[in-house]
Amino acid sequence: MSERLATLAKALAAPAAALALGLVLLAAGLAAAGYDARAGLAAMADGAFGSWYAFTSATLVRAVPLVLIGLGFALALRAGALNIGGEGQFLAGAIAAAWLGVALDGWPSVLAAPLGLLGAALAGALWMALPVLLRARYGVLEVISTLLLNFVAEALVSLMVTGPMQEPTHVYPQSAPIAAAARLPLLPGTRLHLGVGVAIAAAAALAFVLRQTWWGFAVTATGAGARAARVSGGIRTARVSAVALLLAGGLAGLAGGTEVGGVAYALYPNLSPGYGFTAIAVALLARLDPLGIVASGVLFGALEAGAQAMQRDAGIPSVAVYVVEALAILLVLVADAAARRRQGTMAGVSEAAA
Amino acid sequence: MTDALAAPGVVEGFLAASVRVATPLLLAATGETIAERSGVINLGIEGAMLAGALAAALASTGAGPLAGLAAGAAAGLLVALVFAAVALGLGANQIITGTAVTLGCIGLTGAVYRRAFGAGGAGLSIPTLPTVELPGLSALPIVGRALFAQPLPTYLALAAVPLAWWALFRTRAGLRLRAAGEAPELAAAQGVRPGRVRTVATLIGGAFAGLAGASLVLAQVGTFAEKMTAGRGFVAIAIVVLGRWNPLLVLPAALLFGALTALQFVFQAMGLAVPYQLFLMLPYALTLVALAGVVGGVRAPAALGK
Repeated sequence: MSERLATLAKALAAPAAALALGLVLLAAGLAAAGYDARAGLAAMADGAFGSWYAFTSATLVRAVPLVLIGLGFALALRAGALNIGGEGQFLAGAIAAAWLGVALDGWPSVLAAPLGLLGAALAGALWMALPVLLRARYGVLEVISTLLLNFVAEALVSLMVTGPMQEPTHVYPQSAPIAAAARLPLLPGTRLHLGVGVAIAAAAALAFVLRQTWWGFAVTATGAGARAARVSGGIRTARVSAVALLLAGGLAGLAGGTEVGGVAYALYPNLSPGYGFTAIAVALLARLDPLGIVASGVLFGALEAGAQAMQRDAGIPSVAVYVVEALAILLVLVADAAARRRQGTMAGVSEAAA
Repeated sequence: MTDALAAPGVVEGFLAASVRVATPLLLAATGETIAERSGVINLGIEGAMLAGALAAALASTGAGPLAGLAAGAAAGLLVALVFAAVALGLGANQIITGTAVTLGCIGLTGAVYRRAFGAGGAGLSIPTLPTVELPGLSALPIVGRALFAQPLPTYLALAAVPLAWWALFRTRAGLRLRAAGEAPELAAAQGVRPGRVRTVATLIGGAFAGLAGASLVLAQVGTFAEKMTAGRGFVAIAIVVLGRWNPLLVLPAALLFGALTALQFVFQAMGLAVPYQLFLMLPYALTLVALAGVVGGVRAPAALGK
């Protein structure tokens, strides 16, 4: 057990260090651009961790979709498939959750809320079905197909909220608010919703599956070397990565469901501030480890929550955090490359991605 | 309906709009074709395009649109340099490196833009490139104005296509570049240095992407806005696949995408009540369909992404 804790601590140290270094570089850049970097970082820390309310209602609320999408990205990449379409699957899930949330008006909450999440997960998986099919049948790279479908999903949301799903007065480009019964319960005194429990449960389940089940072994074997796994392991690698991709879509769709059911209560354009892409950073910094992704997701949630506070209180553009996220990913890649060179073997993220 | 089609200028306007929309895509896709033929898939060109767009806006404001074009290409090259250092120099995963580079460019351009032009950044108008009419040719019926009455970047893009094809398939350097993309070990045994070849190809691709971003600002939109490339760099990567990694086929693929996007103008002119979002989806959806039809028969460079 203590060994397990030590591994986890080690897994957390890397993303924390990469993020910290990214923040230092950001502060240097801000100072060079003539901003008050100290005030910016102080506002950021305050906005993310300054109070119980800030931590739960800003940081953790933002962490939920990042963790869920990040888990899916990690699962797919462990099986050797790259899902760059988390954004699109998230939106597909959000559409389904908003539609169900309105349609299930009058149902008891114990049914309506879970059904909304289930529908969202199915929609996300369905959105992934096309890339899976294109990959299996025609050899289209899933990187490209999932990416293209992001734009289709964005346009679809826009179409829905100005067309069939538009709110009854037909004035605003958004859906009708979902029924109270379809909303996820909140932690009293905060805006933190049940989605946080869903995300933690998903991470625990994925950790168990990957570590303790045959299918989890098949995923790792497929990612490590599809040919070897097929030839000597008798693993049906094409099917393993297809299922992993569908689950990744489902997890991203589920994130869309928790966002609509727990935060937005309606569908509208720009529902996601780029969760699908940030989640890639979340997963990579946690080295694709499910429990690490929870921690890394909270760190990135804090970063994004802090960025909003930084813009509000110190006048520093919040988009600057994308630079931190990018630097963090690049730093991990660089550190991995250095480690690989030292050991002379493939290691870390690159191993799973190879 | 038929009246609208018969009205003077609708077809011409559609073709001209198609070419205008296709120009940045064609520039970025031509550059990415060169990179991918050497074995490098660079998702960072979306970021390079964005950086090129901002650099063009800044330089054009200070020193005119031609300086803007040059600054755009230089910015794209710099972004590609970061990608090359991590993905090629250290051998990190290309897709992930490219995604990170694009993410960083979104943040950096957004922050610099707000710093340079204020929080709102509204009302920013930039000296743009004028339309250059080629005498005689622009008077050709129907296609004349679409092809020969365009701003400078369109001609650059159209000229780059045969040039890239010739360089890739008819020169020694092109042979070495393709060898690096097909069989790097074998190429190395023949005296080619795949790492160096790929770095050069990636930098060329980055400069093209930066130029594409500059043309978006200077010849199409006339201003800069945050995230204004809106996935065009990613679309260019799909166009490369659609064009079977061959510049001569990348050209019609880019034009097809431009035409699908321009369709919405025609439908608007015809007064059809079709939701515009359908036209936003159409190019992406049809690109997917086309990829399915195309990819079956062709093979990517064997060492792409490795």
